[in-house]
Amino acid sequence: MGKNGLPAWGAAAIVVVALVLAWALIPALHKSGADKHVADQFPNDQFPSTYKPLPSKPTLIRNATVLTGTDKEIDGGDVLMQNGKIVAVGKNLTAPANAVVIDGKGKFVTPGVIDIHSHLGVYPSPSNEATADGNEMVNPVTAYVRAENSVWPQDPGFTRALAGGVTTLEILPGSGNLIGGRSVVLKNVPAVTTQGMKFPNAPYDLKMACGENPKRVYGKKGGPMTLMGDVAGYRAAFQKAIEYRAKWRNYWKDKKGDPPDRDLNLETLALVLDRTIPVQMHCYRGDQMATMIDVAKEFGFRIAAFHHAAEAYKVADLLKKNHICAAMWADWWGFKMEAYDGIPENIAMVDHAGACAMIHSDDPLGIQRLNQEVAKAMAAGRRMGYPITRAHAIAWMTRNPAKALGILNQTGTLEKGKDADVVLWDHDPLSVYAHAQKVFIDGALLYDRNNPKLSPRSDFEIGQEDNANTGGAGQ
Amino acid sequence: MRTSLILAGVSAFAFASAALAQQAAPPPNATLVRHGHVYTVGAGTLNDADVLIENGKITAVGANLTAPPGAKIIDAHGKPVTPGLMASWTQLGIQELQLVAEVNDSAPNQEQDSAAFDVADAINPASSEIPVARIAGITRSLVAPVDCGDVFCGTAAVIDLGLGPNLVVKTKAGVMAVLEPNGGDGQKNARPDIWTKFRETLDDAREYCAQRAGYHRPGGYRDQRSLRVDLDALCPVTQGSEPLLVHVERASSIGQVLAYAQANHIKLVLFGASEAWRLANDIAAAHVPVVFDNDVNLPTSFSQLGATLKTAARLDAAGVTIAFQPQYDGPAQYARTLTQIAGNAVANGMNWDHALAAITKNPAAVFGIADSYGTLEPGKDADVVVWDGDPLDVTSAPTAVFIKGANIPLVSRQTRLRDRYRDLDKKNPPFAYR
Repeated sequence: MGKNGLPAWGAAAIVVVALVLAWALIPALHKSGADKHVADQFPNDQFPSTYKPLPSKPTLIRNATVLTGTDKEIDGGDVLMQNGKIVAVGKNLTAPANAVVIDGKGKFVTPGVIDIHSHLGVYPSPSNEATADGNEMVNPVTAYVRAENSVWPQDPGFTRALAGGVTTLEILPGSGNLIGGRSVVLKNVPAVTTQGMKFPNAPYDLKMACGENPKRVYGKKGGPMTLMGDVAGYRAAFQKAIEYRAKWRNYWKDKKGDPPDRDLNLETLALVLDRTIPVQMHCYRGDQMATMIDVAKEFGFRIAAFHHAAEAYKVADLLKKNHICAAMWADWWGFKMEAYDGIPENIAMVDHAGACAMIHSDDPLGIQRLNQEVAKAMAAGRRMGYPITRAHAIAWMTRNPAKALGILNQTGTLEKGKDADVVLWDHDPLSVYAHAQKVFIDGALLYDRNNPKLSPRSDFEIGQEDNANTGGAGQ
Repeated sequence: MRTSLILAGVSAFAFASAALAQQAAPPPNATLVRHGHVYTVGAGTLNDADVLIENGKITAVGANLTAPPGAKIIDAHGKPVTPGLMASWTQLGIQELQLVAEVNDSAPNQEQDSAAFDVADAINPASSEIPVARIAGITRSLVAPVDCGDVFCGTAAVIDLGLGPNLVVKTKAGVMAVLEPNGGDGQKNARPDIWTKFRETLDDAREYCAQRAGYHRPGGYRDQRSLRVDLDALCPVTQGSEPLLVHVERASSIGQVLAYAQANHIKLVLFGASEAWRLANDIAAAHVPVVFDNDVNLPTSFSQLGATLKTAARLDAAGVTIAFQPQYDGPAQYARTLTQIAGNAVANGMNWDHALAAITKNPAAVFGIADSYGTLEPGKDADVVVWDGDPLDVTSAPTAVFIKGANIPLVSRQTRLRDRYRDLDKKNPPFAYR
C-alpha cells in the first residue's frame, strides 16, 4: 500500500478550513507536528455506486394537492418530471408532447420518503442466524466495517418500504458497538448488487452508539461496562485517529521513506475527524446527547443527528444551538430504561424549539408507514397547541432527513432541478387510510399500486407457495 | 432567586395537591355523554345519540336521554363515541420495561414447562404503562405471556385499565402455547420435538385431571414430565372450559393444531397466524378466533412466507372472528398502536365496523367477558371513549375516557414530562420543580 493507492481527495479546501478551526481544540495535533496545510488524502470510495436511473418518460402530475417539503401546500398543483429530474412545480404547467399525464384530482403529491435509520438488508427478512449481519460485535470499536458489505439487496423489506413511498434510506450498522462502522445511503431501487442501489455522491456516515447497548454487549467481555467506559472508549479511539492522521500528514509532506502502515479502522476515524464522514449517533437520553456534543467538540468531528433521541425534547435548545438534528419515533418508548421518558410530542417539541426534527423507523414494518408516524407526531403536537400544518410536518420525512444525510441538494423536496423522487398518494398522506399509489425514483415509475406488473418482488419471494397472493411490494 | 425558588416550590406543591385531589375524587354517580356519533358495536351506530352512565354501568343509549339530577354532562359535539377498546396479547401491568429484568414478568424462566406461570400474580396496577394506554382509549387487555422458548408459556388474564386497585377482571383466560421453533441461536426444539411435548403434556394433563387423587397416591400413578402445578393449570384446557392460546404461524402447523383441537375438544384461539388466511374457511368452520397484528407483512421467518396486509380482509370475508393485538412482538408500551393496526386493516380491505369489533366486542367474547364489556348497551360496564375524530385514524385521540364509569384523568407520566419540558426557558423554576 503506497501513495499510488491514495487518490487525491476532492474537498481538500473545506478540510483545510475545518482543520484551521479545529487546530486550537486538538492538543495532539500540535504535538504531532503535522502540517495543517497538508491536505488529507485518505481514500474514500472503494465501492463506487453503479446506480443508473431506470428508464423514465416525461411525466406530469396535474391538479393534485402538492406538499413540496418546503412548508408549501399547493392546491390544484402540478409536478413535471423529465429526464429523471423535477422540471417544474406549480399550477397550470404545460406537458411536453410525449408526456404521461396523470390526473391528480383528489390526490396528494409529496417528495419521496426518506428514512435515515434502517437495517433493511443487514437484518433482512427472513431473520435467522444466517442473515444477522448488522452488528460486528467482536470489538467495541469497528469503524473498519461498512454496512454496504452486509446489505442483501434481495431483502423483501426493500420492496415493502417502496410501497410505503420510501425512495431513499440509510442503512446503518447496529448499536452493539461504541463505533459500529460506516453506514450507506441507498436509493430504494430493486438491484442485484448493493452498488447498484448506492445513492450517487451521498456522503458516508459513521454509526456510533451511546448508552446501554454497548455496555450490555461488552460489560462482561472486557468493557465498556459503564457509561463512563462508553465515553472513554470514543475518546481513546479518536485520539488514536489523531495520531494516525499525523503520521500520514508527515509522510504526505515530502513522501520520503516508507508510508505508515495502513489501518482501516483509524482511516475511517480520520475521515470523521476531517468531517468528510459525519456521525449518526444513537443516543436516547438528553444528558448523553450533551456529553456527546462535548466529545464531538473535543475532537472536532460533526454529529449530523442523534438517533432515537427519546429525550431530545429535554435538550432541544442545545440541539438547535449546535446544529444537530434529531431522528425520532412517533411513539416508541419504555422498552428499556433509557427509553423510559420517550413521549409522543417529542418530534413536535424539537421542531417547535427550532431544531431539525425528523421521523425514523429502525424497523422493517415501521418504514412502510412513516407517513402515519409523522401524522401521529403532528397530531400530538397540535394537541399541545402547536399550529403544525401538514405542509410543515411532511418535511419530517423528506427535507429534514435529506438535510441530515447531506443530500438535500439532490432530493428531499419538490424543487426544480432535484431528483424526481416523488410519491403520489391516494389520500391525505397524514392518515391511516392513505396508500402510496405511484412511487417515482429519478423519474422512473417503480411502483404502482394498481398495476401488479409494477410491484417488484425480491428473488427470495418468487416461486414460494401461493406467491400469487403474497410477496412483492404491495403486500 | 431565593424568592422565585420558594414560589416555584409553592406552585409545585399546589400542582401536586391538585393532581392528588383529582386522583382521589370518587367517580360521579351519573354521567350523560350527549350528542355523540355512537358506535354501540352491539346494536348499530346512532347519530346524535346519548350514553347514560350510572354507578359504573351503562344504563341507557339513545337519542335525547334525560340526565338524572346532578349528573355530569359531557357534550361530544357529534364526535365518535365507542366502547373502550380491548387489546389482545399485551404485557400491560407485567412489563414496565422490557429490558429491565426486575420489572419484566412477561415470561417464565426458560428451560421450564410452565403452564402454571400465571400473569395474574404479577399485574401491577401502578404501572406507568397503564395510564399511557388508557388515555389512548384502551380500557381492557388480554395480558398474556410472551414466547418463552418452550411450549407452554403460562396463563393469561384479562384486566381493565382503570383506577384500581384491582385490575384483574378474569383470571385463567387461557394457557399460552407456542408451536413455532424459537429460531436463531436459541433454537432447541425442532417441530416434532414441540409437537411431542405438546401432545404428551396435554395427554398427561387429561389423565391427571381425571384422577387427581390417584396422582398423589404413592406408586399409584406413573411419573409425568410436567410439574403438578402445570398439569393443574391445564385441567380446564383439557376439559374445554378454558381456551388454549396457540401462537403458530405456518399454514401446515395451523392445520395440525386445528385438527388436534377438534379431535380433543380443545377450545382453541390462534395467535400470530401469519398464514391463517390460507385456511380461512377451515378456521371459520371450526369457529376458532384469530388474534394477530395485521401490519406484519414480511416473511420474518420461514413460517411466515405468506404474511400479508390482506390477512384481516381475507379472514373477515371468510367469517373468522378476529381480535387485534397491538404492534406485533412489541413490548407492553405499544398497546396504543391498537387503533393503527385496526385502521390499517381497514385501509387494506377490512370492513370498518368489523375492525372496530375486533378491538371491542370480539375479544370480549373470545376471552369470556362479553357479559360485562364490549359494546355500548345497557347493563354493560361503562367503558366509554369520546374521540376527537375517526377512532381508527392515527391523528385521532380520546377527549374523554370512562372505565367502569370512572372518568379517567387524561394524565400520564408522559403528559407530565411533556408539560415539564414544554418551555425550555431554563430560568425559573428549574425543571425539577415544575
